[in-house]
Amino acid sequence: MRLIAENLGGERGGETVFSNIGFALDKGEALIVTGPNGAGKSTLLRIVAGLLPAAQGKVRFEHGGEAFPTVASASHYLGHLNAMKTALSVEENLGFWRAFQGEPGLGVEEALETVALGGLGHLPFGYLSTGQRRRASIAKLLVSRRPVWLLDEPTAGLDKASEERFAGLMKAHLRGGGIVVAATHLPLGLEGAKVLGMGN
Amino acid sequence: MWSLFLRDIRLSIRAGGGALIGVIFFLAVIATIPFGVGPDLNLLARIGPAILWIAALLACLLGLDRLFQADREDGSLDLLALNGDRHMLALTVLTKCLAHWTGSVLPLVVAAPLLGLFMNMEPLGIGATALTLLVGTPAITFIGAAGAAVAVALPRGGLLISVLVLPLTIPVLIFGVSASYGAVADPAPFLQPFLILAALTLFLAVLGPLAAALALRHGTD
Repeated sequence: MRLIAENLGGERGGETVFSNIGFALDKGEALIVTGPNGAGKSTLLRIVAGLLPAAQGKVRFEHGGEAFPTVASASHYLGHLNAMKTALSVEENLGFWRAFQGEPGLGVEEALETVALGGLGHLPFGYLSTGQRRRASIAKLLVSRRPVWLLDEPTAGLDKASEERFAGLMKAHLRGGGIVVAATHLPLGLEGAKVLGMGN
Repeated sequence: MWSLFLRDIRLSIRAGGGALIGVIFFLAVIATIPFGVGPDLNLLARIGPAILWIAALLACLLGLDRLFQADREDGSLDLLALNGDRHMLALTVLTKCLAHWTGSVLPLVVAAPLLGLFMNMEPLGIGATALTLLVGTPAITFIGAAGAAVAVALPRGGLLISVLVLPLTIPVLIFGVSASYGAVADPAPFLQPFLILAALTLFLAVLGPLAAALALRHGTD
């Protein structure tokens, strides 16, 4: 499995944000994207996920097998927004994404316990605090299997203990042959990860 | 897909889902018509099917703006689009349309026979109007989905969607009303306009979600 980006260029509203960015990640490798606000970190992640068209270059995913033929089908995308419905309970939210996304991974109850939200699954998502919402959203990464995790500021709003727990989850994912691309300002606790600095 | 259908139905009946807004609007319009038109029972019976159809059409347009906007605001739309290889985006849109129709429009069809009594319609006319509403209103939802997808990024797109969609729903209205009249007025046919109405719904069930999926793909930012 290999995630390759060649000569990527991105633009927002007709302005070029970055150009000529390339990387190649093998199984078990992580890439940390850093840079000041407005450098295009989120844009890069959205282009890699295929949610935005690339102004130039392309992204490929090789040797994904039948289950993961394309980048989009092989990726989890954790953006700024949590993609959860406030009117539904945490369990209903996770159960929906588990059923909809296919390739089921951990059970809902198990995933919630992994992010230390065990026993809160019956609460409406809207009742959770910011950090708890983020953790529930991280549990979404666990309920269905995807080799590539695209994470945009994944630890925003998390406390110290949750950050460490999340670092453990990412390491476990990498050990299992996964790929992580994370845009962040904060250290994520991934040793040996490649770093891509984006500057103006 | 079934899970998406169930989730949207659940959302529509939970707090803030707005499933009942359409029915209440429908009820309000039909209940005020006899006061405005006056107690001429023959006149009410004659305009009954048309009034029911117009009120249902407007009630259908009410909740459309939230069809994709709610998903866009909380980031769900990104993930629905990201899973486009497993579930074709047009089918996802079709599922959302069917859920929206079941949650917000089907109650209108169920309420229509009761409101037909307000309009002094005869039983056959009430039955025919309810049947044409059942067959015709999905078409309005499918066209509306395309409008909702175009206006998904606009914070107050509700009125714009109605204006975009209304001209396209006119054929549905025409054939719906003429089939309803055909059932009671003797020389006018029922079956032909009814079949055209069914054909419109089937045609738009394909075209609407495809157009909406295209608009959503190009509307992401």
